Amino acid sequence: MDVFLWGVLPYLTAAIFFGGLWYRYRYDQFGWTTRSSQLYESKILRIASPMFHYALFVVLGGHLVGLFIPKNWTDAVGISQEMYHLTALSLGMVAGVATLLGIGMLIYRRRTTGPVFMATTKNDKAMYLVLVGALVLGMWATLTGDHTATGEHHNYRETVSVWFRSLFIFQPKIAAMAASTIQFKIHILVAFLLFASMPFTRLVHAFTVPLHFFFRPYMIYRSRPKSVESTHTHGRGWDKIGTPDRQKKGDDVYKP
Amino acid sequence: MRVMAQVAMVMNLDKCIGCHTCSVTCKQAWTNRAGTEYVWFNNVETRPGQGYPRRYEDQEKWKGGWVRTATGGLRLRSGGRFQKLLSIFASPVQPKLDDYYEPWTYDYENLVSAPLSDDFPVARPKSLITGEDTKIEWSANWDDSLGGTAETLANDPILQKLRKDSAEQIKLEYEKSFMFFLPRICEHCLNPSCMAACPSGAIYKRAEDGIVLVDQDKCRGWRQCITGCPYKKMYFNHRSGKAEKCHFCYPRIEVGLPTVCSETCVGRLRYIGIILYDADAVTKAAAVKDEQKLYEAQLDIMLDPHDPEVIAAAKLGDIPDEWIEAAQKSPVYALIKHFKVALPLHPEYRTMPMVWYIPPLSPVVDLLREQGHDAEAPGNLFGAIDALRIPVEYLAELFTAGDADIVTLVLQKLAAMRSYMRGVTLRNERDESLAEAVGMTGKAMEQMYRLLAIAKYDERYVIPPAHRDQAHNLEEMGCSLEEEGGPGMGGSGPFGEASGGPVPVAIESFNALRDRATADTAASSESLRDRTGDTNWDGN
Ligand code: SF4
Ligand code: SF4
Repeated sequence: MDVFLWGVLPYLTAAIFFGGLWYRYRYDQFGWTTRSSQLYESKILRIASPMFHYALFVVLGGHLVGLFIPKNWTDAVGISQEMYHLTALSLGMVAGVATLLGIGMLIYRRRTTGPVFMATTKNDKAMYLVLVGALVLGMWATLTGDHTATGEHHNYRETVSVWFRSLFIFQPKIAAMAASTIQFKIHILVAFLLFASMPFTRLVHAFTVPLHFFFRPYMIYRSRPKSVESTHTHGRGWDKIGTPDRQKKGDDVYKP
Repeated sequence: MRVMAQVAMVMNLDKCIGCHTCSVTCKQAWTNRAGTEYVWFNNVETRPGQGYPRRYEDQEKWKGGWVRTATGGLRLRSGGRFQKLLSIFASPVQPKLDDYYEPWTYDYENLVSAPLSDDFPVARPKSLITGEDTKIEWSANWDDSLGGTAETLANDPILQKLRKDSAEQIKLEYEKSFMFFLPRICEHCLNPSCMAACPSGAIYKRAEDGIVLVDQDKCRGWRQCITGCPYKKMYFNHRSGKAEKCHFCYPRIEVGLPTVCSETCVGRLRYIGIILYDADAVTKAAAVKDEQKLYEAQLDIMLDPHDPEVIAAAKLGDIPDEWIEAAQKSPVYALIKHFKVALPLHPEYRTMPMVWYIPPLSPVVDLLREQGHDAEAPGNLFGAIDALRIPVEYLAELFTAGDADIVTLVLQKLAAMRSYMRGVTLRNERDESLAEAVGMTGKAMEQMYRLLAIAKYDERYVIPPAHRDQAHNLEEMGCSLEEEGGPGMGGSGPFGEASGGPVPVAIESFNALRDRATADTAASSESLRDRTGDTNWDGN
């Protein structure tokens, strides 16, 4: 079981993740969008969305530091475990709470603003569930995951991080991960799910953060393609002509 | 000098009757899908009025276009690149649906399916956004023909500015006494701020004809272009999550047909042609310090297509001979640069717009006539243009960043043309002094009259097809149905057995329309079978 969970599943997730991204990039660029709902509602969005996104960046940064920087490095420069833990915990908590608050407000807005709720697909709902799940479980793991069920001290930097780094050299230290606490294990499994589904949800927009904006000229000239072969990626396209009227009460709600 | 070609449009506002045919045909052709109900690539607004979306001209609020920096450069009014990326998670100044309007339909079905009762069944308005009953409170032309403006006129950003500028109070009654229509499409700017604002770089200007397009595959829905465009002609398709805009009917332009709005315009007031311009000079021209000099600056970068130097440079820039010829015959060039009667809309936004307008003389003429004067007598009209400060200043705020002298001169030219041509028709006399008074010749008056009043189809539209060696490929956009093994390849087509491959729409319209129009007999139903849409309805 451990071999499957911590030796096979990570690679499976990575395969789906990268394969999915490639597939979507190749075949469905038209669907690759934030699908913003700001047109419908902007008051809550203008507070909640930046709050969520910026806090998420901090969370992301925390993960990178925690997972990639070996403990003996920080030890070597004289940062004690207590110091590290305290900073990580306080910073992580602030960011975590802000993220949750942000996404909470976004979900509230989504649920209560009629047009926004109508524009919410099943895919979106599933995505929100997994995303919130990963966030909440992550907080739970941070808060309570430093003691095993038997009360022994547990430092994820000696288990999860070691395992995580070993994945990149294709010699997963399964035992290290197996020694971690259940909180971390569940968090990681949900994170797998999140990453595996990411290419297929609206979260893909995260992979086209337009950083090249800094480097491109303001004006863009493009020549018409020389052949009729269009550059369109042949995935989905615009909706059919016409706006279908919503059904009467009792019927199913109109789905695009 | 780097010569580039631009497809441009001029609209003669005197002739617009505000019928909205252009808006409707455009909508039927291009924005007829869910997500674009509120999108009007072409809209016609009544001025004075708030425009669409409401008060879009108030750039203090909407932050569209460019501003000149202290060092003489250009900056997006909505902020630099860094600021834009930082605020990407919630666009700070995007118009909401309220600023446009909530699109609706009617519950027509109730009319036939309502159970028998004493009351007549009604078709209640339903929001196309929520599907619920809705109260219709605004639309894309709610204040059409000054309707309800007693309530809303004070919100017109231009009137507000005029009122602020003049010490004395302009009475609303006076303002109400003039009115005209302003049809608007995307300006296909030479220095588009929508493009500059797009973080993804999805918006581009076509090198061949200058049409500004959004790559639907590259757009990620960051919405910065909507803030960026000062004319608010960039729209967000809320279903697909992508920006959409007027694309100058490029599939039609490529085969030499005018845009749908032009083709169907009842007043026949739109002109389409090629302008050659110096692409290297654009940024500098757009950064001229004095806003009122921007009109001149833009005129300066438009090149004379008869100048041998320009022609040589154009050839060097791979502009086909046909296009250079078309630029020489361009009605748009004639109106903008030769006769100098067309003016840009809001040059002070510094985007170098390429849809220009001949300001309307009719508000002045109407006022004169109402007061019992002979509106065509030269003395009367000239005097009236000077005396009627409000309409002129209003037009100046729209077209010349407030320089009333330019507008006055244009109106005088139009007035002189009327008087001159009246002399020709009534008394067969050619009063050169009238022409001279506005710095023109009698011959030029007659040429201008021919272009503005007679306005023959092939003089209004001089559109060279896309370059010849590609033309055979350009009969229609690449259609996935035509691919090997696609449903359009033999067997039963998408329209049933034996319907054949789909006929490219533009070709069908053009050729079929011409054939039908020149035939001696009524068209058979067979030949009408592939007709799509009714924008070219001709009685058959
Ligand atoms: S008018 Fe058109 S080209 Fe100009 S900034 Fe707006 S959308 Fe862009
Ligand atoms: S179709 Fe022509 S006359 Fe009618 S509103 Fe449009 S521009 Fe004006």
